[in-house]
Amino acid sequence: MQKSDDAFVVFDRVQKSYDGENLVVKDLNLSIGKGEFVTMLGPSGSGKTTCLMMLAGFESATNGEILLDGTNINNVPPHKRGIGMVFQNYALFPHMTVGENLSFPLEVRKMGKSERETKVKHALDMVQMGAFANRRPAQMSGGQQQRIALARALVFDPELVLMDEPLGALDKQLREHMQFEIKALHERLGITVVYVTHDQGEALTMSDRVAVFNDGRIQQLAPPDDLYERPQNSFVAQFIGENNKIPGKVESLDEARGICQIRLGSGELIEATAVNIRKVGQDTLVSIRPERVEFDPERMAPDWYLIDAEVIDVVYMGDIYRTVLRVAGTDDFVMKTRNTLGAEKLPRGQKIKIGWHPEDARALNPI
Amino acid sequence: MSDIAESDDRISAEGSRDLKRSLNRALRAQKMRALMLIAPLLIFILVTFIAPIVDMLFRSVENEIVSDTLPRTVLALDDWEYTSGETPSEAVFAALYYDLFVAAELKEHTRLGSRLNYETTGISSLFRKSGRRVDRFDTDIYADQFTALDPAWGEPATWTMMSEALDDDPDALPETASALEGWHHLLKVERDDPATEAPADILFTALYRDLSAGAPGLNDGDLAAMTATARQAVDGFETVSIRDQFVDVDDSWLDPEIWGTIKAYAPKYTIGYFLKSVDYQLTPEGIEKQPEDQQIYIRLFVRTLVMSLTIMVSCIVLGYPVAFLLANLPMRYSNVLMILVLLPFWTSLLVRTSAWKVLLQNQGVINDILVWLHIVSESGRLALINNQTGTIIAMTHILLPFMILPLYSVMQTIPPTYMRAAKSLGATDWTAFWRVYFPQSVPGIGAGSILVFILAIGYYITPELVGGTSGIFISNRIAYHISSSLNWGLAAALGSILLVAVLMLYWAYDRIVGIDNVKLG
Ligand SMILES: Nc1ncnc2c1ncn2[C@@H]1O[C@H](COP(=O)(O)OP(=O)(O)O)[C@@H](O)[C@H]1O
Ligand SMILES: [Mg+2]
Repeated sequence: MQKSDDAFVVFDRVQKSYDGENLVVKDLNLSIGKGEFVTMLGPSGSGKTTCLMMLAGFESATNGEILLDGTNINNVPPHKRGIGMVFQNYALFPHMTVGENLSFPLEVRKMGKSERETKVKHALDMVQMGAFANRRPAQMSGGQQQRIALARALVFDPELVLMDEPLGALDKQLREHMQFEIKALHERLGITVVYVTHDQGEALTMSDRVAVFNDGRIQQLAPPDDLYERPQNSFVAQFIGENNKIPGKVESLDEARGICQIRLGSGELIEATAVNIRKVGQDTLVSIRPERVEFDPERMAPDWYLIDAEVIDVVYMGDIYRTVLRVAGTDDFVMKTRNTLGAEKLPRGQKIKIGWHPEDARALNPI
Repeated sequence: MSDIAESDDRISAEGSRDLKRSLNRALRAQKMRALMLIAPLLIFILVTFIAPIVDMLFRSVENEIVSDTLPRTVLALDDWEYTSGETPSEAVFAALYYDLFVAAELKEHTRLGSRLNYETTGISSLFRKSGRRVDRFDTDIYADQFTALDPAWGEPATWTMMSEALDDDPDALPETASALEGWHHLLKVERDDPATEAPADILFTALYRDLSAGAPGLNDGDLAAMTATARQAVDGFETVSIRDQFVDVDDSWLDPEIWGTIKAYAPKYTIGYFLKSVDYQLTPEGIEKQPEDQQIYIRLFVRTLVMSLTIMVSCIVLGYPVAFLLANLPMRYSNVLMILVLLPFWTSLLVRTSAWKVLLQNQGVINDILVWLHIVSESGRLALINNQTGTIIAMTHILLPFMILPLYSVMQTIPPTYMRAAKSLGATDWTAFWRVYFPQSVPGIGAGSILVFILAIGYYITPELVGGTSGIFISNRIAYHISSSLNWGLAAALGSILLVAVLMLYWAYDRIVGIDNVKLG
């Protein structure tokens, strides 16, 4: 999905406090383009739902502005915002049939009966639930209810749809299937989606851009690949995917090349890409993805950095070997190697040399 | 795979009878254990709840007192018709004489008098007066004349023998047999020895009446000879009319109304109480409507229903918003509110009701404030108590928690996301409430309404204290009949009707709303 430059949803220096003492959302700046699929990803309690609720109008922003299509909506009540919403537990009205649930938003919009019926039918067909119009929510499985909730949020043609952990209650297989369907619907309808999840896999596969939340702030806002390969701080590096972190001190900094040298706790000196290093002498955390670490000298280039390691444990995981190593005084360093033809499990206790490309070692802020 | 499944099936089919038996055995043990656990409660309920209800239902039709106390009179009245307009014959008076003599000695006649007095006023005093006089009737002349004839008639032993002889052949001297039976019953209850107790006048009267009426008499033994001699002599006896004796006590005995009442209430079971409960009455002529000024029960039933409904509705109106607040406020506020809701339970019902008296009376707080605010004039103070308004206000207050609590527990289970979902779909606050929230709270309204209505319909302390005459309920009448007029049969009939009315309303509710739609949480 291509991003349009004129922002459709804008959070401008938004703050939120429930109790007047603690800020749950601190200085949120986010602009979302029309037709974009943006995911808010973050641990529980990081303020994702609060942001979504402010956008939907159920919570008011304590400070700052929220704009929708260029107009300030801070004082627009929820029912006038025209935003579709899918709740975590679906919130299908239990006393209405599926058909009545779907026709509810059309009824309150004073739509004629025949038009309502066509729209309901169309929305149900869209999620392949055409045969279920007369069922009650309680008579359906979780996956089916989820589709109905989706259809209900879409039936009145909103331009913006919010989803708060909509797949949280489904099992893995169904969840993956629904991810695919939601993504397909998004592309077909051209709607803007703000999606909340704490599942990074979900965020990476579905989104155009992901906003990683922690502690009421966006830690990084970037497309999924950027987020994974170029995390801007240790929180993001750690939150997205598996990650090795080695603490050290900055010894020298070459700002022009964006490279720095770092003295590890064990005394070794390594080279790493300087991401948020401000001055020589500061503490840092070097992060390296396990799959970017090699031990086979044939696959390493001459400019790679090499370091001694000792095999502690090897776990066979089918497609990969997950090797736990003792490196530079830490014994939870992980290396992932592909299970290619002829690959073998390294024996425990073996001393090897491992290496990585300096660009894959990212010197980040310490935690 | 399928082979194994099939062979498994076959085995279980063959052994299914065994299986069923052992399953039943296992379940029986389980059921017994469960039964034992609830046994104390079950027994308690049986004794304190089911048994009184059954007893009440029984009492509402039970009427054995007339035929138990006046067995001979009831029999004798078989030949008499109220419609003839005449006083019953001498034989009926004689039967009444024997019955009343025994009853008066046992002091049972006053109870019967009170019972019949519910139906025809005046009977109570008539029975009391007659009971006092019945052993001083002039019938002692028969005793004198028989003993003059043969002193043996005055011996208790003679009558013991007579009783034995008549046991085999009561038709020989039917009235004597009957009077003797009453006499012996009396002696037995009083624990007197028949061998020493001097024979009563009723025995001589009965013997005289038998002999003069030409009863067959005994045909062997000493008694046969004695009666034969007496039979010769009775024609020359001086006689006394028993009817005149009774009329002498009170000439109401000439009134067919009295006898009609006795006859109408002679059967062991009567619908009289139920008729009375619906403003009819069982008169000697049949079933009749009560006179206009005594038709109170139907009006009371209707008033009880209408006022209970009013109270129920005002509880819904006042309780719903409170329950809504309770369910939707943050915990620390809702806890305080909950304590306020429960506060009335910590104060005695009597105290609360009396407080309403203070507030609502003519010179009470509310009227004072209204006058002070110039909303009503000094002379136009509102009558808020000792009428229906008072009852409705006080009872709504007392029953409000019973509406709020079920409502609250149902509302608590309605997640707030439903309202949010409705609003996000474009509904205004009101539409979201009315179309989404309210329908889900209906089971709570149902539960609260049933609770409040059923409690209200049987309430009696509060209407008694603040209802005056126009604000009392049927239960106040029931209480009156139980503790003051002692007409327990009527109280039981009124109670039974109330019970049936509640069950019918419950049934109607089930048909209309569905009892599954009642939820207490
Ligand atoms: N209605 C509320 N009242 C007070 N505090 C709240 C409320 N909702 C959320 N919070 C607090 O705000 C913080 C962020 O919550 P939330 O936005 O739900 O996080 P997330 O959805 O990322 O898990 C949490 O610490 C939570 O306790
Ligand atoms: Mg959340």
